Amino acid sequence: MTYIAKPRLHHPSLAKNRVGFTRRDYEGKISTLCAGCGHDSISASIIQACWELDIEPHRVAKLSGIGCSSKTPDYFLGNSHGFNTVHGRMPSVLTGAYLANRELIYLGVSGDGDSASIGLGQFAHVMRRGVNMTYLVENNGVYGLTKGQFSATADKGSRSKKGQSNNDAPIDLVTLALVMGATFVARGFSGDKTQLVPLLRAALAHQGAAVIDILSPCITFNNHSGSTKSYDYVREHNEAVNRLDFIPLREEITADYAAGELVAVRQHDGSVVHLRKLHADYDPTDRIRAMSYIQEHAARGEVVTGLLYVDPEAADLHRQLGTVEQPLNTLGAAELCPGSKALEKINAALR
Amino acid sequence: MQKIEAINDFVVKFANINGSGSASANELFARAILRMGVPVSPRNIFPSNIQGLPTWFEVRVTEHGYLGRRGGVDLMVAMNPQSWEQDVREIDPGGYLFYDSSKAVPRSRLRSDIHVLGMPLTEICNDTYSDSRERQLFKNIIYVGALTTLLDIDPQEIEKLFGEQYKGKEKLFDSNLQALNLGREYARQHLKPIALKVERRDRVGDMIFTDGNSAAALGCIYGGATVCAWYPITPSSSVPEAFERYAKKLRTDPVSGEKRYSIVQAEDELASIGMVIGAGWNGARAFTSTSGPGISLMAEFIGLAYFAEIPAVLINVQRGGPSTGMPTRTQQADVLACAYASHGDTKHVLLFPEDPYECFEMSAQALDLAERLQTPVFVMTDLDIGMNQRLCRPFAWDDSREYDRGKVMTREALDAGSDFGRYLDVDGDGIPYRTYPGTHPTKGGYFTRGTTKNAYAVYSEAGADYIYNMQRLRQKFETAKSLVPLPVLTAARYPARFAAILYGSTGPAMQEALDALAEQGIYINALRVRAFPFQNEIADFIAAHSKVFVFEQNFDGQLTTLLINEAHVNPASLIPVLHYDGTPITARFITQEIAERVARLNVRPLREHMVA
Repeated sequence: MTYIAKPRLHHPSLAKNRVGFTRRDYEGKISTLCAGCGHDSISASIIQACWELDIEPHRVAKLSGIGCSSKTPDYFLGNSHGFNTVHGRMPSVLTGAYLANRELIYLGVSGDGDSASIGLGQFAHVMRRGVNMTYLVENNGVYGLTKGQFSATADKGSRSKKGQSNNDAPIDLVTLALVMGATFVARGFSGDKTQLVPLLRAALAHQGAAVIDILSPCITFNNHSGSTKSYDYVREHNEAVNRLDFIPLREEITADYAAGELVAVRQHDGSVVHLRKLHADYDPTDRIRAMSYIQEHAARGEVVTGLLYVDPEAADLHRQLGTVEQPLNTLGAAELCPGSKALEKINAALR
Repeated sequence: MQKIEAINDFVVKFANINGSGSASANELFARAILRMGVPVSPRNIFPSNIQGLPTWFEVRVTEHGYLGRRGGVDLMVAMNPQSWEQDVREIDPGGYLFYDSSKAVPRSRLRSDIHVLGMPLTEICNDTYSDSRERQLFKNIIYVGALTTLLDIDPQEIEKLFGEQYKGKEKLFDSNLQALNLGREYARQHLKPIALKVERRDRVGDMIFTDGNSAAALGCIYGGATVCAWYPITPSSSVPEAFERYAKKLRTDPVSGEKRYSIVQAEDELASIGMVIGAGWNGARAFTSTSGPGISLMAEFIGLAYFAEIPAVLINVQRGGPSTGMPTRTQQADVLACAYASHGDTKHVLLFPEDPYECFEMSAQALDLAERLQTPVFVMTDLDIGMNQRLCRPFAWDDSREYDRGKVMTREALDAGSDFGRYLDVDGDGIPYRTYPGTHPTKGGYFTRGTTKNAYAVYSEAGADYIYNMQRLRQKFETAKSLVPLPVLTAARYPARFAAILYGSTGPAMQEALDALAEQGIYINALRVRAFPFQNEIADFIAAHSKVFVFEQNFDGQLTTLLINEAHVNPASLIPVLHYDGTPITARFITQEIAERVARLNVRPLREHMVA
């Protein structure tokens, strides 16, 4: 961690985005995580993605659970409301917040301990419901805050810093998300910002349950040889299926690629995800194939990254519930209270 | 042999097998009496089971309007061989047993001090109907028919009820009426008359007949709840179900069909309270309903809402505990679990409704209190109120009433330069200001957390910050005293040394008991506590009496403990009187307990105006 306070004043030449903010306006407090922590790279990618997307910082609500990863929302988007909830239960709190106001952008930040162990149930159910959110799992295979115990995503046979071998089968959150009905599923690596930032941009714009499992090495407790979540291991075994460009709704599509290597996926709101195929046979709109592809590669010890699945016709929870367009938290007594006349009728029917 | 004689004041108990369709026939019986202008108070006493186990339906007929359980049975309608022994035993001497005599019952299984009325119901059904389902369903209607003859219930009222129930289904109307008349005719020809009678009166007035769970749901509609998150659990599931029913009618845009509410059936109670807290944090009024086991599961989240100061409303329809306990029986056994829910030093606001009217009132009020106080508020109802239909005052709403959204700092206030400290006590009442997420691009944002923080919501483990926060929370709880409903006093006709404290569903039985005691020359002041934190009025009331009986429907005397802990009253002056077998407390139990205890305290009614 660094103890040097960030200067408040910004250099006047800093570039501003369409809504008038510099990249610095998307920063938060100084991180208290260990120097070299993958999570800090993810925070930097979030800052970059939000700035590039021209999102007004206060229109984002950041929610998290408990753990190293869940502390990070304090370190980006400092003008946004954040909520550090209880361990493994961020999804339910975020669901409630989303029910209250459908107009904000919801970012859920969690870790592998938070989502794959104590919060596995809520992880699964928030996907099922299609809550319009971006769910980030900062996945390092280890409990950092409690000093190095295995988490449920640690691979079988991988070794802890103390030399213990993990005997339990790992939980693959990407596969679970696909099974549970997430409509945008990706995997990234904190050490590959050029891949991660576009994934974040596309996920934030996706109108449905978007999840990105981000391999994010724990520099202190899980970056040794024998670990399958170390920087070296992930770099050596990373199999990116595609490279992504995300084109928001209003932008003209100008990218120029050779025929055959580009897939354009137009989403429900009109925005377009452009994918440069790195694996010729990979189709990110085929959910069933995605699952077997991930498993086949996992069996070979490879970590598949990139946009693994997107459903262009994703529907969110509010659409399924049929709620009004106006956020529920802005409705007053005039819209909500049926009044005394209606109550008299109800009384009459109860006699 | 003695014969119980009563007009409009008796108890009929139906012993049935659950899943046999008896509940609707028994309800029909109760409603017919109600339509004759005579108050009734029915209670379903049912098993945690769908089909095949014993179930009872008790109807108190009460011209005086005593809506609590009286205790004792004057007429038993014994339709269940499984529970026969117990049912026959329960009849008061001189009372009546009505049973299905298709199969002969040996004299040894009857009693000589009761009047027995046998009717070969199965035989009649088998002769009349060929379909097995019809045989079962119409058997219930046939016995209701026989009872109308025996008790002088006007058959036209039942006919009218059939008309309402089977509107547009003439065939069903006709067949039900036929079954009713079959029963009436048999009773007229074959059964000896009995001395329990219903006579037409005008004692129901404008009262309504509904259950507490529906009333609580309606209170949430009127109180402006837009988010309901829940997980099914007996006896609370009918709260969200009623909320959905009412919301469909009252909260759906007539043109677009869009909903001004949302309901999510969560994966468990942890998720349901999590959703309520997320919605409350984001400025929507939200509630969940649950029962004891759900409260245990929610405890961690309740602590978060308390410490991070987020509005939440929990309707706790209490059942018998501990653990899974008695899921379909009633108790008031979650008082302490809710008052102190979660680890660390926590305290929560509790409201105690006594009937559906107060379930409506207090649920709506809870939504105001939760936002005003920025904290969880519990509506502590129970199975007896929640799942039984009860006569009560009609619901009322003042159209000039506005929702109290509490202290919310707006974009305008932030722009005007207001000092925003999320946990800063600016008004001296312990209640800080909050902002809704998304209010302002550069001001008013903060990080909500369950960890300790300073007055500006910045993470802090500094002792001074922690102490400031805890003392402010205590101040806030003090403020709550002035906002929660006051206790209700029922003063005795003469100055009284002894008193009773009661709460929730004990109310109606206490009313009857106080009258009965007064007739014996025992005068008792009664105070019905309606909320926690306790106001000074409660401590003053206790101090003004030498002994105070605290009536509770739990085993540990939980309100007594809370009174000693929180109202700092003299423990020696409190005598807990506990009814905890899972059935609703009865007027006879209260009367007897008080009479005996007063006698034991060596007080005899010498001169009426001087004593207990």
